[in-house]
Amino acid sequence: MTSDVQLATRPADVSARDRVDAAKNLVVSFVLNGKPLSVAVAPTELLADTLREGLGLTGTKVACGTGDCGTCTAILDGEAVRSCLMLTAMVAGKTVETIEGLAGESDIHPIQQAFIDTGAVQCGYCTPGMILAAKALLDENPKPSADDIKEAISGNLCRCTGYTKIIEAIDKVANAVA
Amino acid sequence: MYNFTYHRASGLRQATNLLGKLDEAKLLAGGQTLLPTMKQRLAAPANLVDLNKVEGLSGIELQGRALVIGAMTRHAEVASSPVVQQAIPALAHLAGLIGDPAVRHMGTLGGSVANNDPNADYPAACLALAATIITTKRKLIADEFFTGLFETALMPDEIVVKVSFPLPKKAAYEKFRNPASRYALVGVFVAKRPSEIRVAVTGAGTSGVFRVPAFEEALKKRFSPKALDGLGVPADGMSSDIHGGAEYRAHLVGVMAKRAVAAAME
Repeated sequence: MTSDVQLATRPADVSARDRVDAAKNLVVSFVLNGKPLSVAVAPTELLADTLREGLGLTGTKVACGTGDCGTCTAILDGEAVRSCLMLTAMVAGKTVETIEGLAGESDIHPIQQAFIDTGAVQCGYCTPGMILAAKALLDENPKPSADDIKEAISGNLCRCTGYTKIIEAIDKVANAVA
Repeated sequence: MYNFTYHRASGLRQATNLLGKLDEAKLLAGGQTLLPTMKQRLAAPANLVDLNKVEGLSGIELQGRALVIGAMTRHAEVASSPVVQQAIPALAHLAGLIGDPAVRHMGTLGGSVANNDPNADYPAACLALAATIITTKRKLIADEFFTGLFETALMPDEIVVKVSFPLPKKAAYEKFRNPASRYALVGVFVAKRPSEIRVAVTGAGTSGVFRVPAFEEALKKRFSPKALDGLGVPADGMSSDIHGGAEYRAHLVGVMAKRAVAAAME
């Protein structure tokens, strides 16, 4: 997120750097959805782009690209983060979960099922990020209050649902009788 | 984003050397401000020195009458720390109001103070609590550290290591949050210290965070919201944008200061 006041100036000679594609010369090893892997990336590469373009995991979405919308949410070492505001280089040695890692062999994740059952999905673009934000919350706080749920998804924008059904879906999972 | 060369520092000395030696180098902490700024091409460092693998830069510790927090400590850690909640609850509260959960999981104390965004929360806490910013070179009191809009006293190859917050008798932070950006439209941190009272304001000033001596004097006589009745700050010197004009911000400074005093008395 950036504030409204931005006074940073652009050095005059940066355009030369704009024309050169950075070489994919950095090898980054991390655990993705339970499996260790190493990827060669450019230093400038963002985690969202490595996931989508390098690894073909397009469940992670990119919308605003500047940290306002939360569609790129991933879980890093158990915590919801923005994969578009993170260099892939920064996740070396860490554990990353994306929406692709949630479903089991035969069943989808209970949060995914609750979103379907509750009708918490309309266009669906925010849904992977919402579900990951919800998972990070429930992993840490299995019985959240409505306010906890609202705070947990406060960085995830939905322009369709008005949030009511999303909050209901997360509450339903949390308070389901096991 | 313009291309840059990435350097992963393994220690503070190496990071300092890299900063001194490389052209247009910037430190990468949580990246929650720097990376979007680079993506918008408002910043274009040729070199990034990543501090995330440097040992010993994060952590929270009570040392005598001061709470010492490492520069790479994430906002979420400060917000949820029982030590902070016990020692300076206002500081834990403030950290929990920064951005949203994803920002708080990455963003760092050191990054926030070094960037000195005029709408950021931590500078108000540092100034009101009379914090000391400990760098790789020296110790700077908050009053000397924050020097203007996005400006600090940091030298090009100087790195914030930790911040020491002396424990106040009472303190509170009240933030009028821009609901979209979640930055402070106006935030006021009030601290009653053993020797003095400090009122620091963020979000409002055209030169960044500032203290309000008139409020501090009045609160020294009587620590109550009523002590601020009839007092205000001039609209001159307040920032103005589509979210709020200078007069509105000046008004909010008084309102939030009263609320902060009331909260500190609870």
